[in-house]
Amino acid sequence: MAPVATPPNATDMLNPGVEDVLAEALKHGKDSGNASDHTMVLNMGPQHPSTHGVLRLVLEIDGESVVSLAPDIGYLHTGIEKTCEAKFYQQVVPLTDRIDYLCPMTNNLAYCLAVEKLLELEIPERAQYLRVLLNELTRIQSHLVWLGTHAMDIGALTVFLYCFREREALLRLFEAIAGQRMMTSYFRIGGVSMEPPIDFYDNVRTFLADMPSKIDEYEGLLTGNPIWIGRLKGVGYLSPEDGIALGVTGPPLRASGVDWDLRRDMPYSGYEKFSFKVPVSKDGDVWARYAVRMEEMRESVKIAKQALDGLPSGRIVADAPKIILPDREQMKTQMESLIHHFKIVTEGFGVPAGEVYQAVESPRGEMGYYVVSDGTAKPYRVHMRNPSYATLQALETMCKGKLLADVVAVIGSIDIVLGEIDR
Amino acid sequence: MPAIYGTEAVYEALPENKAVVALKGLATDAKFDRAELTLTVPGESIIAAAEAIKSAGYNFLEDVTAVDWYPSEPRFQITYHILSHSLKERIRLAVRLESSSASLDSIVSVWPSANFYEREVFDLFGVHFGGHPNLRRIMMPEDWEGNPLRKDYPVEGYR
Repeated sequence: MAPVATPPNATDMLNPGVEDVLAEALKHGKDSGNASDHTMVLNMGPQHPSTHGVLRLVLEIDGESVVSLAPDIGYLHTGIEKTCEAKFYQQVVPLTDRIDYLCPMTNNLAYCLAVEKLLELEIPERAQYLRVLLNELTRIQSHLVWLGTHAMDIGALTVFLYCFREREALLRLFEAIAGQRMMTSYFRIGGVSMEPPIDFYDNVRTFLADMPSKIDEYEGLLTGNPIWIGRLKGVGYLSPEDGIALGVTGPPLRASGVDWDLRRDMPYSGYEKFSFKVPVSKDGDVWARYAVRMEEMRESVKIAKQALDGLPSGRIVADAPKIILPDREQMKTQMESLIHHFKIVTEGFGVPAGEVYQAVESPRGEMGYYVVSDGTAKPYRVHMRNPSYATLQALETMCKGKLLADVVAVIGSIDIVLGEIDR
Repeated sequence: MPAIYGTEAVYEALPENKAVVALKGLATDAKFDRAELTLTVPGESIIAAAEAIKSAGYNFLEDVTAVDWYPSEPRFQITYHILSHSLKERIRLAVRLESSSASLDSIVSVWPSANFYEREVFDLFGVHFGGHPNLRRIMMPEDWEGNPLRKDYPVEGYR
């Protein structure tokens, strides 16, 4: 490893390493000379309930205020990008579920869209609508987990139970269509894996009809609550300039006043056919992120309703027999289909050489897949651009000089998922 | 639209494109494939290219990553995805590096968000970024040997 030039001062530097924070704290202790007037180093995580996974933070604190802070990540690194290179294109889909386990379908979508772009494959409208519907349900599901855990971090334990009640209803819907509650792998390159069961649509309609009143219920518990207001308002300010410079995307960026949503501004999977508002706030604090996400859940309900109402009939997969597994019945009766099935399963399908980047708006921000193909049946390189990974860089800016207790509120408000940070 | 390869052809096809205009003097190769614009710039002028592209309106650095083209040379391709909020467009900057000189300048001074992305490339590919304030491993343990995403690093078995 090449030697690293030591930076002049950890407190002047953006995103220092753990070693810098420790060295700085040691220096502060030596400089002061007074035993009662020194800073303290606090290790938070990797096993800590409010770090939402295995995030380790090393903080130098002066009394209650944070002097410097360094995130230490990699505890969940499983080398998914490397694994992808050893799998066929269709075998990568289940791996994408495990990156951000709170929004598996968003990951599925980003990956499938990227490979479809490489293949220049036309997706039937019905599959596009189903993908949009499920993506919005996933967004609601992910925001429910965020709200529940964020409120629990701050001490409002009741909200967690209410949120998980609705999340359970959503997971049952996912189970009905995909057979799995969390790692759904429902999307396929070229469409979706199977036709939803007949009662699925009615169940979704019932859920969507109830959901706005449930959101009112959560807001009734939180929005007017003086403790909630005190812990959230004015905490963890992030300016729009810092947000853009540090790579922040999604709700945290919109809460800082940057009106940018990939669903509206660079539409994919037919999002241009849906009408919805993009909630934006100018405050840039934890409260603004809370308000933006609550409003987003309401908008997601509207998009999902439009997707249900406008759901066209037709195929759920593209017409590409060499890429998409044939229908089970056809495979058993037609020689041609059997050959295609055998070839796809045993040797995959070749994808024309090239490189693409496909970004979608995940519940946490911009989720981008960079897929490089060399013309074979296995991806040459798959890289995921994860929203949490970039947003974590802004944590220091939001917490420096603030109270230690606010760090917990800020971590909750940026809604990080360590699975996608470490991959 | 069929793919367009080569600087001349891309300049001709997209004369109005702000990224093309900004990088006309710097780019050594260009590609317009599947509606995505890729401009290749030399490694030593990456900071100049990043500044030029930033002042052309591409304000948001989305991602920095690498591709290992082992055993062909130049071995490493460093890829930058840069988005413009005002133009609603994205471009890809690419830098090719020989395996004997796998290092280039960090663009942390242009976009602070490059900090973690470049650390990740350093960690997993072993590409050195000069001027990076904190070039340490980020995913793998500090004492890890080898760079897992290199193509000569095995997926399974012994290293």
